Amino acid sequence: MIRVVLPAHLRTLAGLEGEVCCAPLAETIEGVLDALEDRYPVLRGTIRDHASKARRPFIRFFACEEDLSHEPVEGLLPDAVRQGREPLIVLGAIAGG
Amino acid sequence: MSGVRVLVGTKKGAFILTADGARDAWSVDGPHFGGWEIYHLKGSPADPNRIYASQSSGWFGQVVQRSDDGGKHWEAVGNEFAYVGGPETHQWYDGTPRPWEFTRVWHLEPSLADPEVVYAGVQDAALFRSDDGGEHWNELAGLRAHRTGSAWQPGAGGLCLHTILLDPTGGEKIFTAISSAGVFGSDDGGAHFAPKNVGLSSEYLPDPDAEIGHCVHRIAQHPARPEVLYMQKHWDVMRSDDGGEHWHEVSGNLPSDFGFCIDVNANDPETIYVVPITSDSLHYPPEGRLRVWRSRTAGDEWEELGRGLPDKDCYVDVLRDAMAVDQLDPCGIYFGTTGGQVYGSPDGGDTWQAIVRDLPAVLSVEVQSLA
Repeated sequence: MIRVVLPAHLRTLAGLEGEVCCAPLAETIEGVLDALEDRYPVLRGTIRDHASKARRPFIRFFACEEDLSHEPVEGLLPDAVRQGREPLIVLGAIAGG
Repeated sequence: MSGVRVLVGTKKGAFILTADGARDAWSVDGPHFGGWEIYHLKGSPADPNRIYASQSSGWFGQVVQRSDDGGKHWEAVGNEFAYVGGPETHQWYDGTPRPWEFTRVWHLEPSLADPEVVYAGVQDAALFRSDDGGEHWNELAGLRAHRTGSAWQPGAGGLCLHTILLDPTGGEKIFTAISSAGVFGSDDGGAHFAPKNVGLSSEYLPDPDAEIGHCVHRIAQHPARPEVLYMQKHWDVMRSDDGGEHWHEVSGNLPSDFGFCIDVNANDPETIYVVPITSDSLHYPPEGRLRVWRSRTAGDEWEELGRGLPDKDCYVDVLRDAMAVDQLDPCGIYFGTTGGQVYGSPDGGDTWQAIVRDLPAVLSVEVQSLA
């Protein structure tokens, strides 16, 4: 299972606590987000645009101490993420007070 | 005994204030959606238990919430607001073209007759309608498709459609107000719109009497006199006696005719309320004294109301959607401030009390009168 860490506000919105486990077949950021939105429809539009699927400007994707925000979403996630040893972190960028 | 439910949207969540018909003892429930900006909540006139809420965030975008039990429990509904047709760009602050981009829902206006039907005024300025309780939203594209759409410019808060007045006679009229494009009216349920800005004058425009471009902050209407509209413009308090075809100034003896909110007493179509703000560069009350001004003559002649309001050192603002009236007799008047206070008057404005003092900055106030 791929592990995903969501920002606090999105965990609350989806009625979750802690990490979220995604489908094992989700091996890309795009696949992870597809799986998340299928399981939790309330998250649609909160991480990426409904139509274009573009990442919202203040959302970042981190994993294995790397910033994946600008990597192709259809690219393979790092092995450690796909093997469930490290989470994919969806982060709200630090901005505002 | 009758009662009231005051729906308060703030920068950090929603709050629901309730009282019985005496309106002197209040309970405060919230925050709902803590940490999110709640631009607006409004209950369905056809079913008071049905409430819609606009929940938004600069990080996570727009969520629309719906309650069917008066705000005790909520369910997220549809949040996809897709523009259709219309011009490809509007004007940016410097007059350059900018693509339309959905940012948030500023205002939700439930149908007067059907709890499943609700309208949304959004930024960038557009009008959407849902016929299924907010699950799906469709743009009424005749508004942006007006030949002036590509020339609309944002006000300081963005290019927002912030006011929606539905036809109290059950007809097809809709009035909308956009900062800073002006008032647009439809006679066919939103299929087509036309500007309703004749008589407005705005010194910040190259042509002060232009057809569009006026920063209308709020319009209000009494259901018994649907042809009479009241407006708080950026500067100037205005009235139209012919359904928005012509406007004339009724600022009269107000200490400042800059402000954001305006509303009408539920029991008297000629009694109206504003909160004067010092100026467009000083968004706080004149001399630090928070005052509501009331006119019993549909404008021009105004009286200061201050019993129970701060007499000094008050430098808050009252935003465009942050005043509302109940339907009781005497009429209750309510408003919220950017300092987090919500004030209420159970006697038409004669006396005021702070219902709650320390909420986050208040963005909107609506009232439901309960049987």
